Amino acid sequence: MTPVPFMVKKVQRDTADTFTIVLTDVERVTGMTFAPGQFNMLYVFGAGEIPVSISGDPTSTKKLIHTVRVVGTVSRALRRLRVGDFVGVRGPFGTAWPVQKGESNDVVLVAGGIGLAPIRPALYYLLANRKKYGKITLLYGARTPSDILYRTELEQWRARFDLEVEVTVDHGDDTWWGNVGVVPTLIPRAPFDPLNTIAMTCGPEVMMRFTVMALRKRGVNTDDIYVSMERNMKCAIGLCGHCQFGGKFVCKDGPVFRYDTVAHLFNKREV
Amino acid sequence: MQTLEPYLAEHPFLKGIETRHIQLLVGCAGNVRFDAGQYIFREGDEANEFYFIRHGKLALEIFRPHKGGIVVQTLQPGDVVGWSWLFPPHFRLFDCRAIELTRAIALDGTCLRNKCEEDYQLGYEMMRRFAHLMEEELLALRLQVLDIYGVPG
Repeated sequence: MTPVPFMVKKVQRDTADTFTIVLTDVERVTGMTFAPGQFNMLYVFGAGEIPVSISGDPTSTKKLIHTVRVVGTVSRALRRLRVGDFVGVRGPFGTAWPVQKGESNDVVLVAGGIGLAPIRPALYYLLANRKKYGKITLLYGARTPSDILYRTELEQWRARFDLEVEVTVDHGDDTWWGNVGVVPTLIPRAPFDPLNTIAMTCGPEVMMRFTVMALRKRGVNTDDIYVSMERNMKCAIGLCGHCQFGGKFVCKDGPVFRYDTVAHLFNKREV
Repeated sequence: MQTLEPYLAEHPFLKGIETRHIQLLVGCAGNVRFDAGQYIFREGDEANEFYFIRHGKLALEIFRPHKGGIVVQTLQPGDVVGWSWLFPPHFRLFDCRAIELTRAIALDGTCLRNKCEEDYQLGYEMMRRFAHLMEEELLALRLQVLDIYGVPG
């Protein structure tokens, strides 16, 4: 699969180590449709290619939005790009959040750190189809107040009457008046009916383990919990084996898995 | 006369506890309110009470010289504040401040300790529930110090 050239339309700094890059289809043929939770391979010419979750609105195909955390050579090169530069895009790849399965149920989204980026398209979808769902809750945890992603948007979401948003930080500061504590501690009092809830979680694996524990303790069934896994994805089509997760490939069988299909791997240290 | 019995009975911490135990607790209970910014207790104070939060939000803080208090945990309706009444020498280990107007039920620790000495079943119930609370808070604290968002993956 050959990368398609996309032009950088905007690069926006989100936090000290995270930025959002907006791309447009240069050939202006199809744009790009994707399902919430999927990812693209972004190719910075001369630097390399990395998998990045799509963080934009799935109902809009005019621009492609990715939020990236700077952790290596390619992500650093991505951050250096300016408006008008080009990026090669392959995708979209992988499985999606089960937004249709959530219809007529409550939906709880639990995100930690940059895990909010792949969750955001699901929330856009849910809000665009708001009448089809019961209560929608977003629980988000960040390291400190300055690490909170999409802060302005979170404030707008909090102001809505049809969406419950709770944000917590691990370490507060003088400017922070909100919750302090880890994100799983928000689950016991979140307003959802555990027997009629679809839960989607994305964040560091440790956070997801304890989130799943808290959801199960609340009474959510394991086949109603979905997790987004992260592994070292290279080819994105299940050939190279870099992202092998037990008998599965995260790029092809994931990144979104129904929890009960990977529960046996979750605590296995070798994978 | 309206008593605190229904409020105690519906508090998550006391879920499933026997009615006669609730009645014993009511004898040690009082209604309290704290204004935003008010300190409920400070580190080193005698720990004579603990609180079932009914409304509002509290912050547990550790004071750092020249830097002020740092919030280590926030507490909301359904939470319980204060363990130090249970364990000698009964001194507070943190500062506790109301972030917003907070209403709570205060339990007199000395009164309750005496009742627990007289009724071991009540004592066991309280110990069991506080031990569970401590386990949950210890787990949350361990996750907090892991700094899980610091390193990707």
